[in-house]
Amino acid sequence: MSRIQTCFDALQAQGRKALIPYFTAGDPDKANTVAMMHGMVEQGADIIELGIPFSDPTADGVVIQQAHLRALKNGANLSWVLETVKTFRETNSTTPVVLMGYLNPIEIMGYETFVETAADAGVDGVLCVDLPPEAAGRFRSQLVEKDIDLIFLIAPTTTDERIGKICSQASGYIYYVSLKGVTGSATLNTEEVSQRVQHIRNYTDLPVAVGFGISDGPSARAISSTSDGAIVGSVLVKEIAAAAQAGQPESAVGRVGEKLAAMRTAMDNG
Amino acid sequence: MTNNNNGLTEFAPMPNTEGYFGEYGGSLVPEQLHQVMQDIDKAYREIRETPEFKKELQQLHSYYVGRPSPLYYARRLSEHCGGAKIYLKREDLNHTGAHKINHSLGEALLAKHMGKTRVIAETGAGQHGVAMATACSLVGIDCEIHMGEIDIAKEAPNVVKMKILGAKVVPVTRGTKTLKDAVDSAFEEYIKDTENTLYAIGSVVGPHPFPMMVRDFQQVIGEEARDQIQELEGRLPDALVACVGGGSNAMGLFTAFLNDQDVNIYGVEPAGKGLDTPDHAATLTLGKPGAVHGFKCYVLQDEQGEPLPVHSIASGLDYPGVGPQHSYLKDVGRVEYISATDDECLDAFMTLSRKEGIIPALESSHAIAAGMKLAAEMASDKVIVVNLSGRGDKDADYVAQRLGL
Repeated sequence: MSRIQTCFDALQAQGRKALIPYFTAGDPDKANTVAMMHGMVEQGADIIELGIPFSDPTADGVVIQQAHLRALKNGANLSWVLETVKTFRETNSTTPVVLMGYLNPIEIMGYETFVETAADAGVDGVLCVDLPPEAAGRFRSQLVEKDIDLIFLIAPTTTDERIGKICSQASGYIYYVSLKGVTGSATLNTEEVSQRVQHIRNYTDLPVAVGFGISDGPSARAISSTSDGAIVGSVLVKEIAAAAQAGQPESAVGRVGEKLAAMRTAMDNG
Repeated sequence: MTNNNNGLTEFAPMPNTEGYFGEYGGSLVPEQLHQVMQDIDKAYREIRETPEFKKELQQLHSYYVGRPSPLYYARRLSEHCGGAKIYLKREDLNHTGAHKINHSLGEALLAKHMGKTRVIAETGAGQHGVAMATACSLVGIDCEIHMGEIDIAKEAPNVVKMKILGAKVVPVTRGTKTLKDAVDSAFEEYIKDTENTLYAIGSVVGPHPFPMMVRDFQQVIGEEARDQIQELEGRLPDALVACVGGGSNAMGLFTAFLNDQDVNIYGVEPAGKGLDTPDHAATLTLGKPGAVHGFKCYVLQDEQGEPLPVHSIASGLDYPGVGPQHSYLKDVGRVEYISATDDECLDAFMTLSRKEGIIPALESSHAIAAGMKLAAEMASDKVIVVNLSGRGDKDADYVAQRLGL
């Protein structure tokens, strides 16, 4: 059984929801990336979405774009991200790690090399923002062979026919994008999200996690109560940016941990 | 490609229904954009078949743009080169001064047809921006142009024009501060409101249906040139030459000739400070297949798949990707992609100005440079058609400063 499935099964048994933080690997610096991952787990993260730096993250808002640019400036790249997961795995063999990124770096490395290295490093899932299901066939079958989940986004504008198609190819969990817009956008309609999540459940038994627009304890609790998990990105990356700007990259772990702990508490005491 | 009865190679209608030209193109967009790309594709396929749309576009071509643009025999330039006869397809004489108006009108009409209230576009040299702002004020729709800070400084006259035309110009300060990041910025703004907005991409790039749609709107260039050269010379040309950044003016000229096997076709990429330096944007010459901005194409990138910061003296060619159909035409060998350096481009800019009294855009000067070189190597009974895609007013100050005029 994959780490992702084990994780969701255990949470369900405990009556809890998944807290899934995102940050871009190499931000605020390369030295603190593994520490950030461990710190997130200590503060209640169930799954970590680790961003692969790319210069043109077209689905991301300005906060995460800047994170990508900082990481690239620090010399972070896909090969290094894979090594980083391997280092994390030396002392954590249970928390699932999902790599989230854009297609080109993976294409250039080559699907085969990427999948093999990722499996060896202990990567559990891959979310490739600009690889739609109709173009994912070959990549998906190579991932499946190594028991790595391919995670897909579903958006508010996704048609029913397409939800079915995406669910038939997805594994791990479904990432429901709660908002129209890029990452880091503002308002969230919990009622609407709840209805959409219920609707998606007609098409799949996979857990449905919700991202975009979750910024604090109350919104994390509200969203996770209608789904299987809350994905949190921009609000954490803002803390990392502040740490970087203050010239104290090591403080990022603590700042992010504080935010996560508040969300964890709110979610568990819902 | 298929073989027809004459044993000649024939180009099948492209792209396929998923937007692929061979292995290039497609619609590699985040899920949030999937449905709207489908909607645009559907709306475009519907509208392009209606007599009303065809008639409206045709009338705008005739009475607003000034089409057909002349095919002009550049006698003194040809004599200067001492070889083939050089004809210039005068897209520089179009309203707004470049070929970009051809697809901008089409995209603005499509936006109106789809009930959109706003058009967003990126621009490099400002030519697409001005054309889009023009088309939007003509059809009565809001227009927002994303442009890199570096290009804003360099192309001041076009920025002023966009503002006069009522467009909102958004300076892009991130990354390279040029065309690549202007595309990122426009995408980001677009995702925020796909319901009311159309992202009118300015070249034969981006996700399907844009490479097909922009090409279709541009192919009038080649259709006219094909008729004109037969009228003037009684035959087809021996060679076609056009500059390639994203590649819209080149696809515009080439499309009507792809099945004419005796016509040699050349796309000219910006070699910048030299192909042996990092400062160029010769994507097809030195790039390799990859994916950027929602489609597969040749990409100038490092060994980790990061698009490289590219350079060209011409802001409109300063892009690390290239149209998917060009990528395909390179692989099958139908088009030969060559390059011209910044210095060759400046030389062509001045030569055309002083031999013919025509000031070309720096983008188009790449095609002139390559055309002059090719002509010199060809016999005097040969004929070359060079696409003069835009006029150089916008570049005059920059060139004067650079050459100390």
